[in-house]
Amino acid sequence: MSKGVLVDVTRCVGCRSCMVACKSWNDLPANKSEFANNWDSPGKINANNWTVVNSYIIEQGDDLKWRFVKKQCMHCLEPACESACFTHSFVKTKEGAVIYKPTELDQDYCVGCRYCMIACPFGVPSFQWDKPLPFVQKCKFCYDRMKEEGMEPACVTACLTGALQFGERDQLLAEARQRIDRDPNYIKQIYGEKEYGGTSWLYIADVPFEQLGFKTEAFGKPVSTKSIPTYTWDALKLTPYIFVGWGAILTALHLYTKRRAEVAHNEEEMYEAVNTQEKDQEE
Amino acid sequence: MMQKKWTFKITPFRKALLAMVGVAVLVVIYRLIMGLGPVTNLSDDWPWGLWIGFDLLCGIALAGGGFSTALIVHVLHKDKYLPIARAALLTSLIGYIIALISLLMDIGRWNNFWRPFFYWGYHSVLFEVFRCISLYTTVQLLEFGDIFLEKVKILPLKKILKPALVPLTILGIVLPTLHQSSLGSLYLVTVDRLYPLWWSTLIPFFFVWSAFFLGPAMVTIEGTLASRAYNRKPELPIFQSLTKVTMWMLIVYLIIKIVDLNSRGVTSMAFNGSFESNMFLIEMIAFIIVPIIMYAIPSIRTKLWGVVTASALVVIGVIFNRMNVVFTGMAGSVGTSYFPSIWEWLLTIGMWSGLVLVYLFVVENFPILVKEEEEDEAFSAGTGMTAGKSVEA
Repeated sequence: MSKGVLVDVTRCVGCRSCMVACKSWNDLPANKSEFANNWDSPGKINANNWTVVNSYIIEQGDDLKWRFVKKQCMHCLEPACESACFTHSFVKTKEGAVIYKPTELDQDYCVGCRYCMIACPFGVPSFQWDKPLPFVQKCKFCYDRMKEEGMEPACVTACLTGALQFGERDQLLAEARQRIDRDPNYIKQIYGEKEYGGTSWLYIADVPFEQLGFKTEAFGKPVSTKSIPTYTWDALKLTPYIFVGWGAILTALHLYTKRRAEVAHNEEEMYEAVNTQEKDQEE
Repeated sequence: MMQKKWTFKITPFRKALLAMVGVAVLVVIYRLIMGLGPVTNLSDDWPWGLWIGFDLLCGIALAGGGFSTALIVHVLHKDKYLPIARAALLTSLIGYIIALISLLMDIGRWNNFWRPFFYWGYHSVLFEVFRCISLYTTVQLLEFGDIFLEKVKILPLKKILKPALVPLTILGIVLPTLHQSSLGSLYLVTVDRLYPLWWSTLIPFFFVWSAFFLGPAMVTIEGTLASRAYNRKPELPIFQSLTKVTMWMLIVYLIIKIVDLNSRGVTSMAFNGSFESNMFLIEMIAFIIVPIIMYAIPSIRTKLWGVVTASALVVIGVIFNRMNVVFTGMAGSVGTSYFPSIWEWLLTIGMWSGLVLVYLFVVENFPILVKEEEEDEAFSAGTGMTAGKSVEA
């Protein structure tokens, strides 16, 4: 039942129709672009650009390869943003979309603490920094289209080359594996299958993923295949035990040492307010 | 005992502090109207900056003196430390109020600040942090209420509060233990991004342990500052005997740190010459190992300068550690840099100036510090008090 999208980097020509479709379907304001020494404008996803296509020039010997990679929210199977939010403003729907409830479901509990932005391993959630009362913004997998009409996301509809394919995640995984096995040019990895517990969006490519702006390793080790919520839950689940156990230990200590050190002292007689009238030695 | 009058002498120093608070109030108004973008240098790359990294994380850690002193004095009944107990509670309380104010300023949708009180997002570390901090601030206010009622005598209230004080004290240690550690747990999500010298599944332990050993050091610094400000005798014997607690806790911290790095196989990263490794080495050598040595040598620890210097190192070290977690350790994977804007600085400076002013006001109007002539006796368990003299002339 959980949907996904398979992105085949080898089929993308970098036309950026997906970006335009995303903007128009979601009514996102335009941003003036700036000159830059690349073809990436605006380069990074932000509050008004939920998806971007990044360009990469890959040199392999004498061979120059252009590759284009669409980036957006990966829609984790166990989203870090959902577990990080203490007002539960993100939710992973049964359709697979990770959505932000204040804008999507009109449940405005978000306080704007931005812990979701710290938590996301892909750096996806963005903030409306210029607004007095900002929302967090990110790709919502066109949940509105998916839920009511059973339609695929706007970006997938707009894709001319079949680089984006919408479907059941299981079937897409099988499809991806088939393509990789059939064609020796593909890198033997499906990005999103296992990374951080797996994501609804999956990528296959003929160039190593780390050259396409994907994080495949960190500090010399492959990135975690454990989901972010597992890390925090491992610590959080101890809370009730610490609360009760530590409380019991302290109470016991309190009673025990009180009996031993039964020295009468009157706290009220011990302290006084500092008298500044007599001495004015204040620095 | 007519102690109804309030006093607060205005000196040039206090005028300067008041001015800083005034500036901060203007910044607050500006920020609430304009939003975070025009006021701060925060961005999608650096969602958290000075207000969370310093005011909240360090403010709460520095307030650790409250719960470690409460544990030593009220649970273990080491009565010789009673003279510092109330001052520690007071600074801790003000520290928490600062943290809550900076949190309110930092959240984007501040109009929704009350929502988390009615929402149980128990799967979030922030939930635990928020619940514990707000509950603990309440507990501290009640504990302080007991002192408040010594001056403003409302007997029925005092009767209600008295039996609640012991459970409040216990709660006042359990809650900080939980949220000091969860402030560390907040950074568990930064796996693969926070530099491995700081990221560890043990980070909650390191945070709570350091907040605890920071307590005695912070009490020493506060006590020395207060004694200088009011021309009183510093409580040197108390500071000295506290060094034992701090020293052993520092040693345990160091050992567990080394074991942790080894077990994760990242010890070599401490010596790879990178910016992170150098910052880490400074943190461990200057702020952990040097204080241990200073505390271990009697001729240093028995002198006022020695115990104060070592304590200052411990305090700076904990701030240094938090800054390393929030900024140094994250900078590499973020890729861009962050430096707070003038407005961020002004609010921070204003809040800490406010802390000093509130401290001075409370100390001068409420029985917080030990009676001067009693100090020596107070050290020997606070017995044999004479009747309190009238403070107000």
